[in-house]
Amino acid sequence: MVNKATRPTDELIGQDLWNIQLNEHGQLKHFLTIEGLGTNILNQILDTAESFAGVNESVKKVPLLRGKTIVNLFFEASTRTRTTFELAAKRLSADVLNMNISASATSKGETLLDTLRNLEAMQTDMFIVRHADSGTAHFIANHVSPHIRVLNAGDGRHAHPTQAMLDMFTIRRNKGADFGGLRVAIVGDIMHSRVARSQIHALNTLNTGEVRVVGPKTLIPKDIDAMGVNVFYDLQEGIRDADVVIMLRLQKERMTGALLPSEQEYFNLYGLTEERLQIAKPDAIVMHPGPINRGVEIDSNVADGERSVILSQVTYGIAVRMAVMSLTLGANVATQKQNQEPNS
Amino acid sequence: MSNILIKNARIIDPENNLDTQTDLFIIDQRIAAIGQAPDGFNADETIEADKLWLIPGIVDLSARLREPGLEHKANIETETRAASSAGITTLCVPPDTDPVIDEPAVVELIHRKAKQAQHSHVYTLGALTAGLKGEHLSEMAALKEAGCIGVSNCRKPVKNTLILRRAFEYASTHNITVFINATDEYLSKEGCAHEGPIASRLGLTPIPYAAETAPIAQVLELIRDTDIRVHFGRLSCARSIELICEAKSAGLKVSADVAAHQLHLTDMDISSFNSDYHVLPPLRTQRDMNALRQGIIEGTISSICSDHQPHEIDAKLAPFPATEPGISAVETLLPLTLKLVENGMPLSTAIASITINPARILGLDSGHLSVGSYANLCLIDPDREWTFSREDMLSHGKNTPFSGWSFTGKVVRTMIEGHSVFSE
Repeated sequence: MVNKATRPTDELIGQDLWNIQLNEHGQLKHFLTIEGLGTNILNQILDTAESFAGVNESVKKVPLLRGKTIVNLFFEASTRTRTTFELAAKRLSADVLNMNISASATSKGETLLDTLRNLEAMQTDMFIVRHADSGTAHFIANHVSPHIRVLNAGDGRHAHPTQAMLDMFTIRRNKGADFGGLRVAIVGDIMHSRVARSQIHALNTLNTGEVRVVGPKTLIPKDIDAMGVNVFYDLQEGIRDADVVIMLRLQKERMTGALLPSEQEYFNLYGLTEERLQIAKPDAIVMHPGPINRGVEIDSNVADGERSVILSQVTYGIAVRMAVMSLTLGANVATQKQNQEPNS
Repeated sequence: MSNILIKNARIIDPENNLDTQTDLFIIDQRIAAIGQAPDGFNADETIEADKLWLIPGIVDLSARLREPGLEHKANIETETRAASSAGITTLCVPPDTDPVIDEPAVVELIHRKAKQAQHSHVYTLGALTAGLKGEHLSEMAALKEAGCIGVSNCRKPVKNTLILRRAFEYASTHNITVFINATDEYLSKEGCAHEGPIASRLGLTPIPYAAETAPIAQVLELIRDTDIRVHFGRLSCARSIELICEAKSAGLKVSADVAAHQLHLTDMDISSFNSDYHVLPPLRTQRDMNALRQGIIEGTISSICSDHQPHEIDAKLAPFPATEPGISAVETLLPLTLKLVENGMPLSTAIASITINPARILGLDSGHLSVGSYANLCLIDPDREWTFSREDMLSHGKNTPFSGWSFTGKVVRTMIEGHSVFSE
């Protein structure tokens, strides 16, 4: 911490965590974390997604990324997220390559960098990366060739920025563009959630009135309030007068790690039911990044109820991912609009 | 036989309470006199040291040389050469080599290789338990006989407290110091960052203070009312210093050291996922860093070590949690220690913490410039401003977060038993 004046600009590994996402004009180059991105960039993503949401309904495909090759590089099993990325890429007319690399493949001695170099050699334009280690997307962005773009589809517990942006999109569609008057409660396993961390950054960047996290102490990371949230250990208190309630998925393995005694007790204390939802605002919406554990963190009546916007989150996911892909690859929506005419 | 005169150096020797501008005379590898020339002294070699400091050769409490077993990272020859270029004349190797230092043959191998290399003196710690597995006692007496100057289980746990207690008692029977790297296996499992706002924000598995302080408290209770000598290495928490301080007041024979990087870096430094800052125990807070510095000034922590851990380049080329912890650090031990002096630490305290104090912990007659002792020493140009750079490192491991740092004061010559093993 001493001697900042003589600190190195590290040539080998580290570049600045945040600036690496932006090019010299301050435009989005990689999309690794919400942290450090300005309100203008988040709004640009949301506005762009808005235009694509229209495209999705009328025309299925735009030629914006025709000739581009996008590689889905998934080191962690995921069907849902990978599929929405794939769909988004295809609607932009890009070629998509799906690589599911199990941990065993990399343990054969090929390092993560070896894998990257091999894929780079295939004239790739973008990597969409999911990996169990926090910081992987940054590591990759630091090591790919300059023309390649990197999108983080989830790194460890660190970040899942496209999920957070589709959540913001969902909130905006339901509650309007001004987040200043909103109270948002994120409930559940904050500790292990990359989604929660990215949501917190996004909500604060969009000037949300109050951001809350709710859960037992074993699932709330230390000093999380430093990220700009109020911490609640009681569900009723935590969702009181909330405009938006975001329920997080609870992984089964949290029981074996002595973080919780049982799913039953968790549901009794933190499960969202119709009755408990009464304490939130009458027009509160309920969100969930999925997949849902019915009867563990959320009651089926709520998940399928009229306050739930869970399914529209999935739909918006495609538009938001299209927006991020086109922005990072430098294709702007104005061009897209022109191209769309002869195509439709 | 050669007679060497080091002329008009500022001689700083905390052990002998010496800080004065004068001459030092070496006859037949030993310091023959300081100040007044011995009768009939004729210098075969004269070293003009007008603007230089002369300090005892540096003693490093913990440096991994990676041999045997991990020669792709480094070896005894490369690392002792790097160490001697940085003023280190004596260093101590922890037992977590491969094979583990739990039998005399490994000790002999290391000593033989070190002797061949002809750079820094190398001492070894033996394993506290066989294979560091925490189940059976190692043959400590045989290890001591072979040359081990202490025993340690490194960061490997001894889960069974009865075995731990007996290991202390057995070591004490043979008058062997036990070196503890306090780590709770469960509290630090898969952890790579200090539990706090940075780890929470980055989503890195946290290591709480208690991962260090709980085992320290446990060891202190186990050795209460005994005369067992225990050294706690690589402290990182403010609370650890309080525990050691209390134990010292209660009369326990305990000592402690800190790695030099813990006195200059904090968890803020990991916030760009730069794996060069991945160390264990993790970098903690500014408050801890200040407390560690204060602990040295007040004497609770008597020593600063390098905690040298050279790595091959691939070991650090991965996402932060997947990288191997540790810094290639012998070459920054003295510069980082001198930087503490710039920041207000008394010079004699700083020098003592890398010379006489670690020598005492290791039970070595070293780390001082007493007349009659071997001439292990180091000459420093105190005014030299220089920039440390990865490219210039002699160590095989280039893993350092200090590349690009500016320092004032540089080693210009290192002597071991009267021979210049390094000179600019």
